[in-house]
Amino acid sequence: MSQKLVERLQREFGDEILAVASHRGDESVTVAPANLPKVLAHLKDAEGCEQLSDVVGVDYPDRDERFEVLYLLRSWRNKHRIQVRVPVAEDQPVPTVSGLYRSADWHEREVFDLFGVPFSGHPDLRRILCHHQFEGHALRKDYPIEQGQECTRPENLFTDADIARAAQRATNLVTRVGDAADEVHPSDLLTVNIGPSHPATHGALRAELLLDGETIIEARTEIGYIHRCFEKEAEDHTWAEVMPYTDRLNYCSAMLNNSIYASAVEKLIGIEATPRCQGIRVIVSELSRIIDHLVCVCANLVDIGALTNYWYLYNVRESIYESLEKLCGSRLTTNYARIGGMSHDLYPGFADEIRHKLGELDRGVTDVMKLVARNRIFLDRTSGVGAISQADALSWGYTGPCLRATGLAYDLRKEAPYWGYETYDFEIPTGTDGDTHDRIMVRMAEMVQSRSIVMQALDRLPSGPVDVDDARVILPPKAEVYGSIEGVMNQFKLIYEGIRVPAGEGYGFGEGANGELGFFCISDGTGHPYRMKVRPPCFPIFSSYAEMIQGGMIPDAIAVLGSLNIIAGELDR
Amino acid sequence: MAVDLESPSNYITTRLRQAVNWGRKYSLWPLPFGVACCAIEFMSTVSSYNDISRFGAELVRFSPRQSDLLIIAGTISYKQAPILKTIYEQMAEPKWVIAMGVCASSGGFYNNYSTLQGADRVIPVDMYVAGCPPTPENLLYSLTLIQERVEKEGLVPSSVRHAGRVQS
Repeated sequence: MSQKLVERLQREFGDEILAVASHRGDESVTVAPANLPKVLAHLKDAEGCEQLSDVVGVDYPDRDERFEVLYLLRSWRNKHRIQVRVPVAEDQPVPTVSGLYRSADWHEREVFDLFGVPFSGHPDLRRILCHHQFEGHALRKDYPIEQGQECTRPENLFTDADIARAAQRATNLVTRVGDAADEVHPSDLLTVNIGPSHPATHGALRAELLLDGETIIEARTEIGYIHRCFEKEAEDHTWAEVMPYTDRLNYCSAMLNNSIYASAVEKLIGIEATPRCQGIRVIVSELSRIIDHLVCVCANLVDIGALTNYWYLYNVRESIYESLEKLCGSRLTTNYARIGGMSHDLYPGFADEIRHKLGELDRGVTDVMKLVARNRIFLDRTSGVGAISQADALSWGYTGPCLRATGLAYDLRKEAPYWGYETYDFEIPTGTDGDTHDRIMVRMAEMVQSRSIVMQALDRLPSGPVDVDDARVILPPKAEVYGSIEGVMNQFKLIYEGIRVPAGEGYGFGEGANGELGFFCISDGTGHPYRMKVRPPCFPIFSSYAEMIQGGMIPDAIAVLGSLNIIAGELDR
Repeated sequence: MAVDLESPSNYITTRLRQAVNWGRKYSLWPLPFGVACCAIEFMSTVSSYNDISRFGAELVRFSPRQSDLLIIAGTISYKQAPILKTIYEQMAEPKWVIAMGVCASSGGFYNNYSTLQGADRVIPVDMYVAGCPPTPENLLYSLTLIQERVEKEGLVPSSVRHAGRVQS
């Protein structure tokens, strides 16, 4: 389907398409920077690519045009994907597409921050992940990974001029008794910081708010407080060594990250996991999704004052964690998947234990639904709060439960099935209004669906090997390592040099707990990734947060933030 | 300490220092500086299964002015460092600091351009908890060790206790 799209593009733009490429199902076209807005506008309007999934920067120091900027586009409606590449020389500007896709705003800032590619016409081209006193561009190949730079003070997000402009729009403060002039002095506006250490942010995020009375007249957000350089670390490690780092992206659902990362690399190598491995991945991924939703919903409810639910839901989560700890030795950071398989098989009795625990989940979910579903306070705090339309959600790059809350039943498990998801019987819960209430309810309903998927997967988990039979990716059994020279060498090569992933590029993705989780991998044929870009679902969602809360009040901002489920580890990577 | 529960006017005699420390020990108010994965395990520690209130430390305060135990739960980046320092300085004496997990203790396996190689580069730390993230049991154990310290040296200001402990 995507191939035909490329052909249509070639007919439409002729020589302006400089090159086309296809690798493992990913189609891409190359265009000059000047033609980028035109091609993307065509793709959006005529070809239905309603979403810009990600913008990826790559540094090739040896090339004349040193950088390559890739735009990953997706059409949910027409079920196709395409990548548009733009080669640029150092300091050569790329025209911004933030007018076409709202999500481009932050994606472009990230490429600017980490690679130093300027985007002409961008409304707010500042650093985003590194701090404001940082010099240089961290993901350039010539930036040493260990070169830290100190930050002495946080950045002010509002200048005096911004506050003065906002004061002109303020209306709540003008009726003050004894205030003769019909305008608000800038110093009357209250500046409030939420975060970077605040209980309601559930992680290190920052929102600076300007308050006109109790109304948020303007908000700005800042991220990067927990930028742990996943992408730079990946380039510094072998493909297999990246696995523990993926745990710490979305640490509420580490198994999902593990499994999707392993799948992405397998796609690039050109191997497919065994049926049993796929079944195990489905089970642990859906359990992770349940845990992630549990944390999100119960923390969200605590934020709006419903503390009891926290105890109900957290106990279920603890109970599932016990099994996960038994399975892989760790509660949060599981490191369970491997490229080409899993670290080991499930333990005996796993299935019965999980079936029992999912019964507890049922009870927890039912109890919580009884407490909140028709609760007047809950409905007042969430209905119509932070609502977003379908078109806006797509343009902002929403995926996952937040997108489905607007009524669009887009789920990668259905749209682009992997691990045999097409063979499971489950539904995609959707909302209607795209507000906080719907986001919570979609998550509650998804837990029930995930529970059903786990039950089905446990019932028909195929027997057979977990790991693929391929000495290029799977470590030899210990008996062979200790018993033969070939075994020792094989182990040694795989550990020290890493898995030799054939040169090429690939975008592997899956439905994470928060939405589309993707890994864009570039291999140069050595044991280390040349470039690894994560497409974190939180990143585009959080970019819309400032606009969503403007005009509301602080308690609304808190309720909205909880329902978006922003996980800082994944947001900042 | 002398206790007389037999006579009608039952009384306890003790030293002021001991009585105050005893009170402090069982009423630590933690401030979870939760930034990453460890914060999720802190949530587990607070929840009903592990129940931090068994140790009298369930009153989680997010205002540094109301808390006396800073739990650094997560990776501290260079961007975060000045904020951590401000929060520590805003806490009233006496105060204690737990670096929860390897990131807060030493940077962990994030040896890179953005990660501070241990929170003790900017503020003094009393207790380092191993683990990535540490289990709730591990964190509770470190809490009991802090309690032992509180009992012994609760009246010593942390500036004296920490003299020469900050690395830079």
